[in-house]
Amino acid sequence: MNRSNNKLWSFHGGLHLPGHKSISTGRAISKTFIPSRLILPLQQHIGESSELVTKIGDKVLKGQILARANGYVSVPLHAPTSGTITHIEEHIVPHPSGLSALCITIETDQKDEWIKIEETPDYKNMDPSALRNRIRDAGIVGLGGAGFPTFIKLNPGSRTAIDELIINAAECEPYISCDDMLMRERAQEIIQGVQIMQHALQARRCLIGIEDNKPEALAALNKALQLSGSGSIDIISIPTRYPAGGEKQLIKILTGKESPSHGLPLDIGVVCQNTGTAAAVSQAILHGKPLLSRVITLTGDGIKQPGNYDVLIGTPINELIEHSGGYHQSVKQLLMGGPMMGFNLDTDQLPVIKTTNCLLALCEPHTDSSQNVMPCIRCGACMDVCPVKLLPQQLYWQAYAKDFDKIQDYNLFDCIECGCCSYVCPSQIPLVQYYRFAKTEIWAQERDKIKSDHARERHEFRLERLEQEKREREERMRKKKAALQANKNKPGKNEAKKDAIAEALARVKAKQQNETIEPKNTNNLTPGQQQKIDDINNRRTKQKTVPDKQPEKNNASKSDNTAE
Amino acid sequence: MQFNKTTSINMHNSNNVSAVMLRVLLALLPGTLIYAYFFGWNILLNITIACITAVISEALMLYLRKRPIKPYMKDYSAILTACLLALALPTLAPWWLIVIATLFAIIIAKHLYGGLGYNPFNPAMVGYVVVMISFPQYMTQWLIPHNGLDLMQTLQLQLWGITPESIILDSITSATPIDSIKTGLSLQRPITEIGQSPLFGTLGGIGWEWITTGFFAGGLWLIYKRTIGWQIPVAMLSTIAAMSLVFNFISPELYAGPLLHLFNGGTVLAAFFIATDPVSASTTPKGRIIYAIGIGLLTYIIRTWGGYPDGIAFAVLLMNMAVPTIDYYTQPRIFGANR
Repeated sequence: MNRSNNKLWSFHGGLHLPGHKSISTGRAISKTFIPSRLILPLQQHIGESSELVTKIGDKVLKGQILARANGYVSVPLHAPTSGTITHIEEHIVPHPSGLSALCITIETDQKDEWIKIEETPDYKNMDPSALRNRIRDAGIVGLGGAGFPTFIKLNPGSRTAIDELIINAAECEPYISCDDMLMRERAQEIIQGVQIMQHALQARRCLIGIEDNKPEALAALNKALQLSGSGSIDIISIPTRYPAGGEKQLIKILTGKESPSHGLPLDIGVVCQNTGTAAAVSQAILHGKPLLSRVITLTGDGIKQPGNYDVLIGTPINELIEHSGGYHQSVKQLLMGGPMMGFNLDTDQLPVIKTTNCLLALCEPHTDSSQNVMPCIRCGACMDVCPVKLLPQQLYWQAYAKDFDKIQDYNLFDCIECGCCSYVCPSQIPLVQYYRFAKTEIWAQERDKIKSDHARERHEFRLERLEQEKREREERMRKKKAALQANKNKPGKNEAKKDAIAEALARVKAKQQNETIEPKNTNNLTPGQQQKIDDINNRRTKQKTVPDKQPEKNNASKSDNTAE
Repeated sequence: MQFNKTTSINMHNSNNVSAVMLRVLLALLPGTLIYAYFFGWNILLNITIACITAVISEALMLYLRKRPIKPYMKDYSAILTACLLALALPTLAPWWLIVIATLFAIIIAKHLYGGLGYNPFNPAMVGYVVVMISFPQYMTQWLIPHNGLDLMQTLQLQLWGITPESIILDSITSATPIDSIKTGLSLQRPITEIGQSPLFGTLGGIGWEWITTGFFAGGLWLIYKRTIGWQIPVAMLSTIAAMSLVFNFISPELYAGPLLHLFNGGTVLAAFFIATDPVSASTTPKGRIIYAIGIGLLTYIIRTWGGYPDGIAFAVLLMNMAVPTIDYYTQPRIFGANR
């Protein structure tokens, strides 16, 4: 049901941005193509990196597991098409830092041969936990951008009831239109996915929030919803205002509830999922297909044929853009993600991953270089637009001064990095970059602190143990002395003591004689055994001469051993 | 293919510091033109002197501080300081007084504290207070409206201190209305009688009421354009109005009414253009209100019971000092925090 008269709430700040969406909505989503090779990072989600179960040279089929989930917050990774694994090595991955990470490279065989798959169309009879496992086994993560494993968000845990499942169809960031096109073309699939997720969560009702700049998508969803006959799903058109698609902002708009500052939407009985994720869930449950491809928007004036493309995960960006018609001659800048929250890439030799929603190529950057940056004049324009009601200018001062304690007093970690403040700053300060920097620094400091705390604790424990041993030794010595003293003072016992000493000496002598008789186990060795012993001795002396090169942990444990 | 990995932001609106400062300058225009209409060439000459001094000292300081001169000169902040200072100083202030005030504002109050964005005190008000304390005798020399001086006579009077023939200086100068109330009260005359003097018009002093209206219009336009927030002007003006209303109600003979306070002595100019200087003002919504109430209270107190002809400059500087504390304790409740 489309309840246009639904009561809506609003959030503080936000912006009306030029949409630039029609650049990429003119054509239908292009069909998947198979590139010559696929590069698949083992980590494409938040949590633990997946664990390899294949090796170089393996022939793999489409949908086959390449790496399995490693721990709870993890999902498996599948082969997006059939082919041969040619490399398993470090490769640059899409990340603001330009980092490298372990990737599997598949040389495709263009046959697109499927592994055997299992469909479960009667999911309604399935236990929610079994359903969650299926979603996990399909490798599904949040396709909106964060990449959090979907099955975890579908697990209400100890909460008995989830009030609302919210489907984020806002797609508020300029240029991006992949969710819009997906809704226009595959609305039925999305509604099916929503129903499956609602069943998995046992949610009372479901709200689909969609910005009112997508009338075609809205109509398509409404039609699909009518066909499905579901009574507990509402599609709600919301005003177009960036960042209405921020998880906490959308929940506020639709329900009036504010997710707690340091908590999750789950804490207020709400779970939020993306439309693309819903479609992937439907594919996984109804058709047994794991997450192998996604729709991404290729847009900007630097792209010859902008549009939306169904792309296999792992497709190299350069191959994708070449396949789509290539760059415009004067392209200067390539972004992954939108113009507000995306990050600049310095190369296109990178794969598309599960969380890639947009590639934006620009001929003229929206702002020119950092020459325009002026000092902050504290005008407060940033504060007026901040959807979290932070004081961005104060955060900036603290980040600039590297005062990482004070900056947390100003709630740095509540910043959603939407970029509204940077957009309006008259001094053109790249504010969000300062916040990202501060966050990374604080994380690094905390990691270091944990490490040094461990080392300190270990050290203190060792000192204490040594101290205790010393005390015990002294105590023994003291007792012995006292006993000796006592014996000395008893003259009658002196004779007995002399006898005892003589006896002991005799015993020792006898034992020494025995030892000379009995062969040691190092006698009568074969030349091979002797060689081994010499080798070991050599290595030991070598190690002793270069102790500094050993890792800290080994050193510590070694010193512990020697002390014992 | 390789790309430029710029560190700049990707999308931005058309706003920049120069545009902000230019809008403020533009908003000063109506009041300034009305000023010139009533009081003649003097004010324009004063503004020119202040601006030239400001531009030269700003360039010099940028050079000495090894900052890029061109982009910083283009931000118009020095010009704005100079204009506000010239509008605040008396019409008959000698040229060297204006130069000293401007130099102090730009060199000491602004650049020695770190330049644009870093000065804790409002530079124009620092310049004003310096000459107010150092040369009090010059700070009460105002022209009367429609004084009949032409451009040449103005230049002679201002630059060389030569009183034009056929004009007696005393006949064309007077105190400001606020100051004359103060003097009148000290002579035991009731407000109602002081208000009868030819200096006063319907709302405030003759001419001043219209100048104030001009600045008011400019200020409203700035709020409409969202260059300034509503909090500071509204809170400051209503505080002064409330204070004067209460005391005027208690004793109309001893305390001037709200209209006299609002339409005189640059109250409106200060509320919209000086107290709102973002660098030295509070930045949180609640903080701005507290800051402006503080300025309003102090202004009224100094005007009414203090020894200086006007208290706005002191009030602004005193509240500038309180800004870091106000900001710290008035952080808004963030999204999702406990109510």
